[in-house]
Amino acid sequence: MSSRLTRLWDPLFKGTTAVLAYLVLTLLVAICLALLHEGWAAFKTFGWHFLISKAWDPANNKFGALIPIYGTLVSSLIAVVIAVPVSLGIALFITELAPRWLRQPVAAAIELLAAIPSIIFGMWGLFAFAPWFSNYEPWINDHLGSIPGIGALFRGPPFGIGMLTAGIILAIMIIPFIAAIMREVFLLTPPLLKESAYGVGATTWEVVRNVVLPYTRTAVSGGIFLGLGRALGETMAVTFVIGNAHSVSASLLNPGYSIAAALANEFTEAFSPLYKSSLIALGFILFVITFIILVLAKLLLMRLERAQGETT
Amino acid sequence: MSGTASPEPKISVRNLNFHYGKFHALKDINLDIATREVTAFIGPSGCGKSTLLRVFNRMYALYPNQVATGEVLLDKQNILDRRQDLHRLRSRVGMVFQKPTPFPMTIYENIAFGVRLHEHMGKGAMDDRVEAALRQAALWDEVKDKLRQSGMRLSGGQQQRLCIARAIAVKPEVLLLDEPASALDPISTLKIEELIYELRQNYTIVIVTHNMQQAARVSDYTAFMYLGEMVEFGDTNAIFTNPSQKQTEDYITGRYG
Repeated sequence: MSSRLTRLWDPLFKGTTAVLAYLVLTLLVAICLALLHEGWAAFKTFGWHFLISKAWDPANNKFGALIPIYGTLVSSLIAVVIAVPVSLGIALFITELAPRWLRQPVAAAIELLAAIPSIIFGMWGLFAFAPWFSNYEPWINDHLGSIPGIGALFRGPPFGIGMLTAGIILAIMIIPFIAAIMREVFLLTPPLLKESAYGVGATTWEVVRNVVLPYTRTAVSGGIFLGLGRALGETMAVTFVIGNAHSVSASLLNPGYSIAAALANEFTEAFSPLYKSSLIALGFILFVITFIILVLAKLLLMRLERAQGETT
Repeated sequence: MSGTASPEPKISVRNLNFHYGKFHALKDINLDIATREVTAFIGPSGCGKSTLLRVFNRMYALYPNQVATGEVLLDKQNILDRRQDLHRLRSRVGMVFQKPTPFPMTIYENIAFGVRLHEHMGKGAMDDRVEAALRQAALWDEVKDKLRQSGMRLSGGQQQRLCIARAIAVKPEVLLLDEPASALDPISTLKIEELIYELRQNYTIVIVTHNMQQAARVSDYTAFMYLGEMVEFGDTNAIFTNPSQKQTEDYITGRYG
């Protein structure tokens, strides 16, 4: 009897853990289906136009997702453009350049930055950063606004809040993630490989540029995509500083909108079923965009692990 | 214990002491490395032979807590001097490691990379330099049609010869080999040994090896080290046939180590 029990024990254990693991997957699919189901009315009413329409007119029940999609992508791109070089500098400083006693404290400080709740970043952005930043926006207008081609990006009213501010706040929020991944990846570079580069007379900068970065480039891109994924879904901080205006404008200084901000602002006032369905459809779009970016990030990070398996 | 080799040594080590933090890894080493000859360091693991090798290009300087005191004269100039330019030193003293370490770039770039750090030259001259280095490393025939392929896709033995070619291309005067064949199969090992035999015409070579037959085959002089001390140093034939120290005899006859 007892031996039969033991024989049953293993499959039971295996089954339980499997159920728990599949639960997460089921949840993912369920959320996706629920969003699709609830947003279906909007997709059915507006068709593909929902994706490319600028309209957002609750009074006349006309909805389009273009402006929030645009705002989400642009603010996140600004964040990545700012965060990548800064994170790279931080990670290189911690792994290659800083004196040993300084490495742990700096790394810890960067990770603490990730522990700050996003609403705090939003409040700080709105009450401290935006007013301060608005003092410098005329300068941006005068100096960057006159550059041919990209000048239009930097011409606009000095509100303080807007797409650029949202991008900067997002950058500060994703730097800890990107820097932490870059740091880990740089530490994976075999010491012998670095020594070989030093051995032919390379300087630290030459070793980093020609050996460490090429060796880790897929994983570094993975880390960047992970940061981008976080920036895309960030809600509170962006809602505070992006301006929440339903308009598309070339200028980054102008207020804009993001999907997450639209959801946070408007859900409580969505009085008509189509309005509510449109918001949920927005959520579904955000889900899909973020999902694609994160899958891409995972694939890139996996490639480094596989390459490591081959060489060692 | 001190040893003298030829009248004009390439490297002279004088009262060298080395510490990893508090650990005293090399104790009062005195040694002359003969110009354009092969000198082998043998001894059991942890005896300090790799440490000694890493002093010659000051590789240890990458790490804090690693300190060398005394003198190491390269052509009569003390390389332990604080003013020594490390990049210049490493272009004069090349190194090959235990495991092949191709850079993450093409075969061609693996070699051109180091050259470019020290010299500016046109494409034609660089092509010649790369070919010459690969020929000297006995690798040219195997890779001449795939110079644009990643160096990481070569076999282990080929990668190690690529690393030797990379070191040679910079035109060093001294070549440090840290157990260069320990990760290779017997046939690749044989190729590396033949290569060392060829290279001694142009370079001063110092090789660290665990393999006593290898030391006997490739080297002109052998130093036996034990627990951070230089136990015996002299002509390779003499060391292997008629060692003067009991410890050396015990080691080469396989009684410990």
